[in-house]
Amino acid sequence: MADLTTDFVGIRSPNPFWLASAPPTDKEYNVRRAFQAGWGGVVWKTLGLDPHIVNVNGPRYGVVHGADRQVLGLNNIELITDRPLEVNLREIKQVVRDWPDRAMVVSLMVPCEEAPWREILPLVEATGAHGVELNFGCPHGMSERGMGSAVGQVPEYIEMVTRWVKAATRMPVIVKLTPNITDIRKPALAAMRGGADAVSLINTVNSITSVDLDLFAPEPTIDGKGAHGGYCGPAVKPIALNMVAEIARDPELKGLPISGIGGIATWRDAAEFMALGAGSVQVCTAAMTYGFKVVEEMISGLSLYLDDKGMSLADLTGRAVPNVTDWQYLNLNYVTKARIDQDLCIKCGRCYAACEDTSHQAIAMKPGRVFEVIDAECVACNLCVDVCPVEECITMERLAPGTVDPRTGLTVSDRPADWTTHPNNPNAQAAE
Amino acid sequence: MSIWTKGIAAGRLDAPDYDRNFADLHPPLDPHEAMVAADRCYFCHDAPCVAACPTAIDVPLFIRQIATGTPAAAARTIFEQNILGGMCARVCPTETLCEEACVREAAEGRPVRIGALQRHATDRGMAGPHPFGRAAPTGKRIAVLGAGPAGLACAHRLAMKGHDVVIHEVRPKPGGLNEYGIAAYKTPDGFARAEVDWLLSIGGIEVATGNAPDLAALRAEFDAVFLGTGLGDVNGLDLDGIGAAGVEDAVAFIARLRQSAPKDIAVGRDVVVVGGGMTAVDAAVQAKLLGALNVTLAYRGPREAMKASRYEQDLAASRGVNILTDAAPVAVEGDPLTSVTFALPSGDRVTVPADQMLLAIGQTLATGDLPETAGGRIVVTETGRTSLPKTWAGGDCTNRGENLTVTAVAQGRDAAEDIHAMLTEGADG
Repeated sequence: MADLTTDFVGIRSPNPFWLASAPPTDKEYNVRRAFQAGWGGVVWKTLGLDPHIVNVNGPRYGVVHGADRQVLGLNNIELITDRPLEVNLREIKQVVRDWPDRAMVVSLMVPCEEAPWREILPLVEATGAHGVELNFGCPHGMSERGMGSAVGQVPEYIEMVTRWVKAATRMPVIVKLTPNITDIRKPALAAMRGGADAVSLINTVNSITSVDLDLFAPEPTIDGKGAHGGYCGPAVKPIALNMVAEIARDPELKGLPISGIGGIATWRDAAEFMALGAGSVQVCTAAMTYGFKVVEEMISGLSLYLDDKGMSLADLTGRAVPNVTDWQYLNLNYVTKARIDQDLCIKCGRCYAACEDTSHQAIAMKPGRVFEVIDAECVACNLCVDVCPVEECITMERLAPGTVDPRTGLTVSDRPADWTTHPNNPNAQAAE
Repeated sequence: MSIWTKGIAAGRLDAPDYDRNFADLHPPLDPHEAMVAADRCYFCHDAPCVAACPTAIDVPLFIRQIATGTPAAAARTIFEQNILGGMCARVCPTETLCEEACVREAAEGRPVRIGALQRHATDRGMAGPHPFGRAAPTGKRIAVLGAGPAGLACAHRLAMKGHDVVIHEVRPKPGGLNEYGIAAYKTPDGFARAEVDWLLSIGGIEVATGNAPDLAALRAEFDAVFLGTGLGDVNGLDLDGIGAAGVEDAVAFIARLRQSAPKDIAVGRDVVVVGGGMTAVDAAVQAKLLGALNVTLAYRGPREAMKASRYEQDLAASRGVNILTDAAPVAVEGDPLTSVTFALPSGDRVTVPADQMLLAIGQTLATGDLPETAGGRIVVTETGRTSLPKTWAGGDCTNRGENLTVTAVAQGRDAAEDIHAMLTEGADG
């Protein structure tokens, strides 16, 4: 079994799987169950100053279902903890004492002034918690009061608050970023400048999951009205992966530790975040869908993967970052064609419909429902691969250098060439 | 009275057993099951299931309409092609039609449950208002002979086109084999009759039951005639003693069962069914379900030559029917019947005790005033035209297609389209 012990900005945990600051970490009872189940750490649900906030008393979650009511995405309008600060602090202290090997990070959100931060930080420190996470991400409710994503959307505020916090505590400070911005690197840079030890992302995405077509109101509907919520779960994973990668590969942000969040439901999702630079991962929707037991699969899967690869966790972290690049640097001399394995083909014709109706008319439908790629038309777009219901039935195969691409009539070069040197690019630089 | 009682007797079982035995063979999908089943459809291009359906129902479309929460739209998609889509969902041998062609059958040996989904949609569609209206009246009148699936489908399509239709049915009720010929557990709760009432609610169709008018007279009176009379006669066995008490044709046995409560139907303790088709299986299974102790289905040929699908054979076996193949009946003993003797390919003979023998060895066209026939069936073109002017035919009585409800519906519908084209273009029929 691979060693999954994690040291993330000095916060140690037996594995990199933390529960994100969210409903599952709202109180002692849940967190104890999580640790019993094997979670490496938790980020305690966001604390605020008293008087504590209140939540709606109608439904607070919305959902997007896939086949068989599989939860693809959850949307929530829950706010930060709705319990007194003292109660949370007392429970945190007790859990830290009883579970010394687990990571305890406490999420915080107080008004955008220095005094409240100076007030709450010593209280948290006194619990023995290992770090704090600044909630600059929550997109609903709190943001309308000048907190959460209202801070996270203004890099100057992030930097300022982070600096206050760093000055007021010895604990590691993780800044949680909102995805509801145009360029994730700007708030990340602000956090770094403010002295943050790490960033965590993504928080939830502004969303309306669905509209009740009888009430003509967004879901979840409270007395005939709905408000936007924060979207999370498997549906947001691609957005999160990109934002993590954007930070991980930015020269200015180099070395800034990242705790990856966003739709992680399996060991494989976690490994992908780590390969893109995350040093720990945080999970919420998968636990809310299936319960805490899912961590067992995450632990066994990641261990097996690392063993199979002969890699350590440190080897995995950031391993894919060098391969994330910009479009203009992609090799235009890498030519592939779709190939359909006739033995695996079940003749559904989805590749044909997709290509014929929406792509390049590069698949022929022959008598007996035999589908074949027309190399002279195939631009290698991959749509047929994506829509084929059979794994490995359609694959992309590279044309060997020296062969002629029947579509272009050009001989495939063995020399990489990208847009920066392409003759059609008005700004092309001469190849050296 | 029990399963041990010798002779032919009713009431062999307790009331709950009858209810259980004759309940829906395939209970309907609940809404969640339907969603799960619908999600498995790949929405194939030019889908093989559509090509495999004699009525060419747009299966991927109706399944997608179920998946998106619009079963009424799904039902309309089905009914546009097959107005008896409700019955077909219950009785079609989908394992040899749409579900055999399903690409997931090829992929996993587990097709999308098209038949069950069709029932889900049609049950909901039929609970609402009739989905079709009638075109402006044409003033044309068409006679349909036979109120079975072919005749009903033809009449409905003609009514949609604005024509007036009179259906003549020799039996006391409309429905044909749907009403008299299909195993009770495939269409319980009076569905066949309810479906006919629903179909007729489009208007413009008059049904005259207990009526078998002369074809020549109809052709003189109406603008067109459609023959959907089915196969009115049954084949017999030429054996000594075949007239013994206890020997009966299976079609009559099935019809009697469909028109009565199962507890009132007398059945033997030891039943022999002769034949290898769907009628033989339906008779054998129902004899068993009525409480017969031993039911032997004897077919003269090898198993693979039986016309009943493998699915039907397995259904019979699962209900405890003993299937005997390569066994030709050669002697009938006793009056009342006591046993039946079969010859085996080896030349050996076996005698099976029997107090009831049901013959299911094929049905034939009733003779009479008919267009040209070949091989005992009315010769028709692809659109159902017969050798006689102004006269079309469809369903089991013709020489085209398999003897299936769904085939009869397709032929009735297509003949109606041809009749309509002919009448509105004024061309000679």
